[in-house]
Amino acid sequence: MSYAKLTREQIAARIANDIPEGAYVNLGIGMPTLVGNHLPKDREIFLHSENGILGMGPAPAPGREDMDLINAGKEPVTLLTGGAYFHHTDSFAMMRGRHLDIAVLGAFQVSVSGDLANWHTGGDAIPAVGGAMDLAVGAKNVWVMMEHLTKSGESKIVERCTYPLTGVGVVKRVYTDLAVIDITPRGLIASRLVTGFAFDELQRLTGVPLSPSGARAAA
Amino acid sequence: MGESGEGLGREGGLSTGMIDKIVSSVEAALADVSDGSTILVGGFGGAGVPEELIDALIAQGAKDLTIVNNNAGNGEVGVAALLKAGRVRKIVCSYPRLADGYVFEGLYRAGKIELELVPQGTLSERMRAAGAGIGAFYTPTGYGTDLAKGKETRVIDGEGQVLEYPLRGDVALVKAEKGDRWGNLVYRKSARNFGPTMASAAKCTIAQVYETLALGALDPECIVTPGIFVTRVVKVPRKPQRLDAEKAA
Repeated sequence: MSYAKLTREQIAARIANDIPEGAYVNLGIGMPTLVGNHLPKDREIFLHSENGILGMGPAPAPGREDMDLINAGKEPVTLLTGGAYFHHTDSFAMMRGRHLDIAVLGAFQVSVSGDLANWHTGGDAIPAVGGAMDLAVGAKNVWVMMEHLTKSGESKIVERCTYPLTGVGVVKRVYTDLAVIDITPRGLIASRLVTGFAFDELQRLTGVPLSPSGARAAA
Repeated sequence: MGESGEGLGREGGLSTGMIDKIVSSVEAALADVSDGSTILVGGFGGAGVPEELIDALIAQGAKDLTIVNNNAGNGEVGVAALLKAGRVRKIVCSYPRLADGYVFEGLYRAGKIELELVPQGTLSERMRAAGAGIGAFYTPTGYGTDLAKGKETRVIDGEGQVLEYPLRGDVALVKAEKGDRWGNLVYRKSARNFGPTMASAAKCTIAQVYETLALGALDPECIVTPGIFVTRVVKVPRKPQRLDAEKAA
């Protein structure tokens, strides 16, 4: 059987389509920012940025950048009509105080119990955490967006994370280029496998025990 | 003005009826910063960085400083320039790894600067605690991670939490948009970031602004930092925005 992995944009579109109207959402820096490009136009969704923005809009047109209005990745953004600015402590109260419905974060590894490793590769790298640990414990739902396998073909869904942890038992769902994995008290449940990709093959590549949900429709 | 009230009336007098926190220059604003101070510096990436105050601090010469800032400087301006000048003993921040953060990286790898890495919300909340008279607080952020190593922890409502202590400044340097002679401040867009919290958390808060307005010109319903948190206000010339490519890794 042949299959094609999802592109990053396709994973982003899949996540965007799962965000309900009225949700307060933080998109982490890196790959998750792509989700913003795919939000359904007919839903009102509130994007939060840790540096004090609610109702964040897309990038401005070239030449209209305002460096007093940037996102967490320090890139120029815009404010939607009805959006608000606030200071850092209020912003992190939104994150740490369980007010955000969804945080979409990148990851190096996610464990079977929902441990998240996404801030530090250890060793010689300069450690930098930003708001990752606050989002990991604070959002009502932590969704991870990542490639299923490392460049060398190892599963990024693991029994125990070997990279330094960002949060313990925090991840609820993982969107990869092969499937969607829900982390539940009954174990990992795989759904929405890419077209032509068999569950047995996903199980073989992932290494840790998975259960099929039965649904295999492509996004 | 000291915590015990010494110096009350020093800058305004007891009977002039004319409190004026506006000082004439960044040099005058920073004249009494001493060696070994802990300095809270506003800004997130390039937004809200009090660059003129940082430049004046470099010229003023205070050394052996502890700097609290979200980042650790970029290129060779702002906090990076202060680091490059060799004035900083320790930096407390959440995200020192920026694309163009080579000054910090060089000092860090050479063992010439101490780094205290703090989750961003904990950094902000520790300063809020300092400003609000809170002795310490528990937070789930960081529990079970390397950043909680050596810290007291406790399970509260079934959730592991980490004990964190206030983070006080001797001086806070913040960038606001407009201010008045009572020290009331408003900010601009996401340049607000750490400004209000840092202003509350230092013994001496110095705000640089682009406009100073007459009392009453700022709408009382919209003042973001009330003047009680501000010691001095200094006006700096507005300069064109730099569209720098300061991005997180």
